[in-house]
Amino acid sequence: MNYLIKGAVLPSGQRADIQIVDGIFQAVGRVSSSGAAQVVDADGLVALPGLVDIHTHLREPGHEDAETVRSGSRAAAAGGYTCVHAMANTYPVADTAGVVEQVWRLGRDAGYVDVRPVGAVSVGLEGHHLAELAAMARSAARVSVFSDDGECVWDPVLMRRALEYVKGIDGVVAQHAQEPRLTEGAQMHEGVVSSQVGLAGWPAVAEESIIARDVLLAEHVGSRLHICHVSTAGSVEIIRWAKARGIGVTAEVTPHHLLLTDELARTYDPVYKVNPPLRSPEDVQAVRDGLADGTLDVVGTDHAPHPPEAKDCEWAAAAFGMTGLETALPIVHELMVETGLMSWRDVAAAMSHRPAEIGRVATQGRPVAAGEVANLTLFDPAARWTVVPGDLETGSGNTPVSGRETHGRTVATFYAGRPTVLEGEVI
Amino acid sequence: MKHLLSATDLTHDEAVRVLDVAEEMAATQSREIKKLPTLRGKTVVNLFFEDSTRTRISFETAAKRLSADVINFSPRGSSVSKGESLKDTVLTLGAMHTDAIVVRHPASGASARIAHSTWTGASVINAGDGTHQHPTQSLLDAMTIRRHLKAPGGPGADSPGKGGGAARVGQEVSGQDLSGLNVMIVGDVLHSRVARSGVDLFSTLGAQVTLVAPATLLPVGVETWSSRFFYDLDQALTEVPPDALMMLRVQRERMSGAGGGFFPSPQEYSREYGLDARRLAGLPPHAIVMHPGPMNRGLEITSEAADSARSVVVEQVANGVAVRMAVLYLTLTGAKE
Repeated sequence: MNYLIKGAVLPSGQRADIQIVDGIFQAVGRVSSSGAAQVVDADGLVALPGLVDIHTHLREPGHEDAETVRSGSRAAAAGGYTCVHAMANTYPVADTAGVVEQVWRLGRDAGYVDVRPVGAVSVGLEGHHLAELAAMARSAARVSVFSDDGECVWDPVLMRRALEYVKGIDGVVAQHAQEPRLTEGAQMHEGVVSSQVGLAGWPAVAEESIIARDVLLAEHVGSRLHICHVSTAGSVEIIRWAKARGIGVTAEVTPHHLLLTDELARTYDPVYKVNPPLRSPEDVQAVRDGLADGTLDVVGTDHAPHPPEAKDCEWAAAAFGMTGLETALPIVHELMVETGLMSWRDVAAAMSHRPAEIGRVATQGRPVAAGEVANLTLFDPAARWTVVPGDLETGSGNTPVSGRETHGRTVATFYAGRPTVLEGEVI
Repeated sequence: MKHLLSATDLTHDEAVRVLDVAEEMAATQSREIKKLPTLRGKTVVNLFFEDSTRTRISFETAAKRLSADVINFSPRGSSVSKGESLKDTVLTLGAMHTDAIVVRHPASGASARIAHSTWTGASVINAGDGTHQHPTQSLLDAMTIRRHLKAPGGPGADSPGKGGGAARVGQEVSGQDLSGLNVMIVGDVLHSRVARSGVDLFSTLGAQVTLVAPATLLPVGVETWSSRFFYDLDQALTEVPPDALMMLRVQRERMSGAGGGFFPSPQEYSREYGLDARRLAGLPPHAIVMHPGPMNRGLEITSEAADSARSVVVEQVANGVAVRMAVLYLTLTGAKE
C-alpha cells in the first residue's frame, strides 16, 4: 500500500506533502494526488522522523507478566516510535548471541518497530567478567549498544576494559551510573523530602561520581560512552565539561526526570519509585536546560513495565521503574516545545537522529526526505487526552502520569512504510 | 480523626485535645475498676511486622481498658522477605470486620499505604513505620512533658501550683500546650521515627526543639527542619539549656555496616553523646530526663541518670497507655473536638 500524507509540518517548519511508495519516501514537498495511494489528511500535524528509543525494557524473555516484545512494540508504535533498544536485564540475561538473536527475532515477528537488543556488558549483569560482546555484535541482532542497565558497571577496571573492547566493534557502553556502596538500600533522592518521609536516600553524588570517573576513562582510552537516565544538576555539569573537553560522551534524560520531582514520594505510592529516583526541582530544571542546550543528547524513556503486585505494596518492597513509551512525546512537547526551549527540529534530533546515531541504526533517525526509508510519526500537538493506565498498549499499569492531561497525541506512525498506527489506533 | 499516621496529621488544637482526652483517660486509671465500656463491640487488631513487645502491650492494654476486642497478629516476615504481601494480610483482616488496625512495620509509609489503599476501611493507627513516624510515642512524650513542666508551679506554668494527685494535675494542665519549653533530643536522629514525630509534634505544640547528634546520624536535609541542631552535646546544653532532655536509643547495628558504622566505638559515642553524671548535674534544676526505651544503660545513658529523680522513663510508659486509649477513642468513635 502506498500513502500520500497531505499538509504535514516538517521539523523545519515547512509544510509538505509526503508520498510513501514501497516503504520509501518517494517525494516530500508538493505532491499532487495520485490514484493508487491512500490519502492521509495531516493538516496541522507535525511530521517527525520515526522516534528511536535508546532505552526500553521489553522484559521478554523471562518477565512476560510485565511486558512482551509484542506488547512493548505496540506501546512503542502508539508513542510514535519505529525503533527501540531493548535492555539486557531479561531472564536469561541478554549476554550471549543466542539471547540477543531471540529478542531480535521476536521484534521482527511482532513487526511494529525495529527491536535492537542491547547486550550486557558483563556476564549475568554481575559486573565481574566481560560478556561475549563481539559475538553479540556479529550475531543477526548486530548489537552495538552494551549496558548492564539496572546495575552499574562499578568496577573501574571492568569499565575500562569494556570501553576499550567496544572500540573494535564500533560499540558504545551505556552506563547506569550508580555507585553501589553509596546507594545500599536506597529508596529515593536524598534531600529535604527523604529526611522527612524517612526513606533511605539515594544521593546525587552516587550518580555524579561514576559519571566523572567514566568520562575520564572514556577520554583515556578514546572510546564512546553513553550515560543512561541523567537525573542530577551535577551530572549535567560534568557532562557539559566533558563535551567541552572533546570527550566522546553522549547522555540521555527520561521524560519522568524532566517532569516529576521527589515531592511525589510523600504519597508513598510506589508508582513514583524509580531508579535513579525522582530528584529535586533544581535538578529537574537542570536536566531541562541540559536537554535544551544539547548537553543531554537524547530523550530515552527507560520504559520499565512491572506487574501489578510489584507496585501494589509498601514503598520499600516495590520494584523500581515506570512506563513511558506512550507518553514521552507529549511530555517533551509540553515541557520543551510549548515553553520555547526546543524546536521540533531539536525534538527530531533528541528523539530520532541522535539515538539512532548512538545505536548505529542506519535506517532509522534519518530525515523525512525523498529516498529515505519511510519511518515517520504524525503528531497532533493540539490534541488533549487523559492518561488511563488500562487504555495504554503496554502490558503494565505503572505509568506515573495516570489521570494527567497530555499535550498532544500520535495520530499515525509509519514503520518502513507500513502504518503501525492510524487515526491514533495501533493496527 | 479517622486515622493517626503522622504527628503532622495533628493541628495544634487537635494535639492539645488528644492530650486532654489522655489526661481524662489517665484519671480513670487510678480507679479501682479501670475498664470503661466505650469501645465495647469494636475490634482492634495489633498488626506488628516488627517485634515490639512494649508498644504492642501498651496498645493492647489501652484497647482492653476501653472494652474493645483485641487481636494480636505478628506475621513472620513482610513481603520484603517473600511472605504474604501486606495487601493480602490487610485484606484478610478486612474480611474479619476489623474496626481499627494498629500497624508497626519496618517500611516507612506502610501505615499510610494501608490507610490510603482500597484494601480496608478500618481506622489505621501508626505504631511506628520504618524510620518515618511514631506519633503515639511523641504524644506520650508531650503528655509527660506537659504534666511536669506545665503543671501549676512548674517552670512553664501560667499559674502557681496547688499540689494534688494525678487527676488534679490532669485538670490543671488541660488546654495547655508546650510553648516556651526547650526540648532536646540526643542521638540517632537519622534512623529515628521517635525523633521525627517528636520534632513535628513538639513544634506544633509551641516548643523549641533542639537535636544533638554526630553528623553521620543527622539526615541530609535536617537544616530545613523546624528544629535547631548541634553536633556537640556540651555546647548544646550550655547554649540551649533543656527543660526536657530525651536520649534516643542507639541501635547496636549502627556501629557496624556500610563504611564501618556511623561512629567509631561505643566508648566514643558514650563520651561525646551519653548522659552521664556530669551532664546530669549541669541540667537546669527542673529539667526532666526522658527515654523512649528500651535503654542501653552505659551507652546513651548511665544508670545514674536513668535512675535519678529527674528520670521520667517509667511514667512515660504509664502515659503511653493513656495516650493510646485517647487515640483509639478519638479514631473509633469519630469524636470531634
